[in-house]
Amino acid sequence: MATPVLRWCCPGRRWVFAGIGGVSRHGRGVPTGSTSSGKRGQSSVAQQPLITAQKPRKGEREWAAVVGLEIHAQIASNSKLFSGSQVDFAAPPNSLVSFFDASLPGTLPVLNRRCVEAAVMTGLALDCHINRRSLFDRKHYFYADLPAGYQITQQRLPIAVNGSLVYSVCVGKRRSQMVTKTAGVKQIQLEQDSGKSLHDSLRSQTLIDLNRAGVGLLEVVLEPDMSCGEEAAAAIRELQLILQALGTSQANMAEGQLRVDANISVHNPGEPLGVRTEVKNLNSARFLAKAIDYEIQRQINELENGGKILNETRSFDYKLGCTVPMRDKEGKQDYRFMPEPNLPPLLLYDSESLPTGTDPQQVINIDQLREQLPELPRVTREKLVQQYGMLPEHSFALLNEVGLLEFFQNVIKETRAEPKKVTSWVLNTFLGFLKQQNLAVSESPVTPSALAELLDLLDRKAISSSAAKQVFQELWRSKGKTPAQIVAEKKLELMQDAEALEQLCRSTLEAHPQVVTDVKKGNPRAINKLIGLVRRATLGRADPTVIKEVLERQLSL
Amino acid sequence: MWTRRVWLGLRASAGGRRGFPSKADPQGSRRVTAELIEHLERLALVDFGSQEAVARLEKAIAFADRLRAVDTDGVEPMESVLEDRCLYLRSDNVVEGNCAEELLQNSHHVVEEYFVAPPEKHMEITPFCLWTPPSKHR
Repeated sequence: MATPVLRWCCPGRRWVFAGIGGVSRHGRGVPTGSTSSGKRGQSSVAQQPLITAQKPRKGEREWAAVVGLEIHAQIASNSKLFSGSQVDFAAPPNSLVSFFDASLPGTLPVLNRRCVEAAVMTGLALDCHINRRSLFDRKHYFYADLPAGYQITQQRLPIAVNGSLVYSVCVGKRRSQMVTKTAGVKQIQLEQDSGKSLHDSLRSQTLIDLNRAGVGLLEVVLEPDMSCGEEAAAAIRELQLILQALGTSQANMAEGQLRVDANISVHNPGEPLGVRTEVKNLNSARFLAKAIDYEIQRQINELENGGKILNETRSFDYKLGCTVPMRDKEGKQDYRFMPEPNLPPLLLYDSESLPTGTDPQQVINIDQLREQLPELPRVTREKLVQQYGMLPEHSFALLNEVGLLEFFQNVIKETRAEPKKVTSWVLNTFLGFLKQQNLAVSESPVTPSALAELLDLLDRKAISSSAAKQVFQELWRSKGKTPAQIVAEKKLELMQDAEALEQLCRSTLEAHPQVVTDVKKGNPRAINKLIGLVRRATLGRADPTVIKEVLERQLSL
Repeated sequence: MWTRRVWLGLRASAGGRRGFPSKADPQGSRRVTAELIEHLERLALVDFGSQEAVARLEKAIAFADRLRAVDTDGVEPMESVLEDRCLYLRSDNVVEGNCAEELLQNSHHVVEEYFVAPPEKHMEITPFCLWTPPSKHR
């Protein structure tokens, strides 16, 4: 197994670049994207001599990477942020567009209450300070999918600031331990989404669909507290779960409801931070960590080879597995921020400051929203660990799959089996089958009741655990049958007739006198042979431990 | 466009002077440099058109500069003239949209139900002319 040249340990990752005589990393060709897989022993620079030392050797420079994230989450609301047109993912082009969204003259923005509530709830869930007064601004730039020529956002005074996102990463040799980490939340702001442009290179034109223009977005800015792709991916995952638990966003990356930009830089520990690049178009959960790690790698290579990092915007090319420079800008973009003249400041209240005699529809009470906050994933996991005695990793696994927690809880409700047994069956057997056939929990042919019944049979010792697995397989294949039916059909019940078992044992002993002698001589493995023979005779319907008991008794051992 | 290039060239060749001093200028020179003009033209897609337009811009800036004569130390700046108004919150109901046909009528060029814009690189943006010279005859 080739030990990778680059090695890091998370937490507090250190990236080590071994500057071994004159090998240019630029000529590496297409990276496999697995530069981060030091743990798995793969390396895209396998030709390098092996480095096995843990500490950096002389001549090696240690690098630390710094990753900050900007996340745009589409708010789950019926209508858009400043207009009453519908929010929907798939609809005929330009059918969900109001006059305001199309930026026709004479239209004005009208703020959607639900979007404000979503922002406040998200801010509360991330432990932010909610600004009682926040402001809207215009950010100007020209692009075909931005009909107004500006985006309404909150640059000067956003709705929430100074929070934190707590997430966990797997550490340890077998990635079985979970370590908690925190990323600071710099701010959360409300802003408009732009329309969609489809580039038709054939006819050299761009097609514009404004359905998405004006949809409410929550921009969550995370401080550069992360140090590698894995941490960033874990933070994003946790944010996704939080947003989904709150109901403020469906946060589905595949549908563009969650978009991530990363700000990445590298430096030698102890020295000032390096120049950062912005990597955009990280819209796939799968490639997020790879893209970030690639960029970190690229920067280290560049600096080690005497080059400089440009403060530029790059994009991740999924096909090539690398980042490429994006905008061809002469100098920095000047957005000419100005206050949005059509919107007064947004004022929020709490129970103390709530003005009396006002229309409740027109005021937002932060305290009320706080009370109504649904349970956050972190709390749910803690409860699972406490209530069912499962490992933290299991609680993560249960929350990581849509519908799995509910499935688990339904099984628990209906079965008498121990929670640990249920956990094991749900996370190993059930989830295994789902993954194998690439199914969602909602598409599972096995219902919670069916699994509960099966586990009851196992608990009662009506069937053996190997028989249970067989039953499960059959349940998966043939819908409508209950576990009891399958057990009866396949004759998988454990023998309940003790007398019959005694008889079988005795006849087996009589039929194999040589093995009996071996056992009496003290050969420990001989008894297993006898057990096997009896099992076969019972057609697998007897519990091996029971058989052993009976045999030992009959042999008067 | 060539007229612009010509007078830009003229400006550059005028003894290396990069700016146009404002005539009524009590504060010292507040030059509007050629770089700033180019920057503004690019950002705002306006066409200053000529030296006179730039001069007019400088006069406008000087005019607005008179605001500085007011001492605003310790005074909290206003956000907007609406800042004591109530920001109306709309209920999250769908009440608009479904007018693709009407909207598409505004565009010269549509393909099926999409607006058509030229691709970025070849975008021929006609700058909006900020200032037109005054009519010669009165």
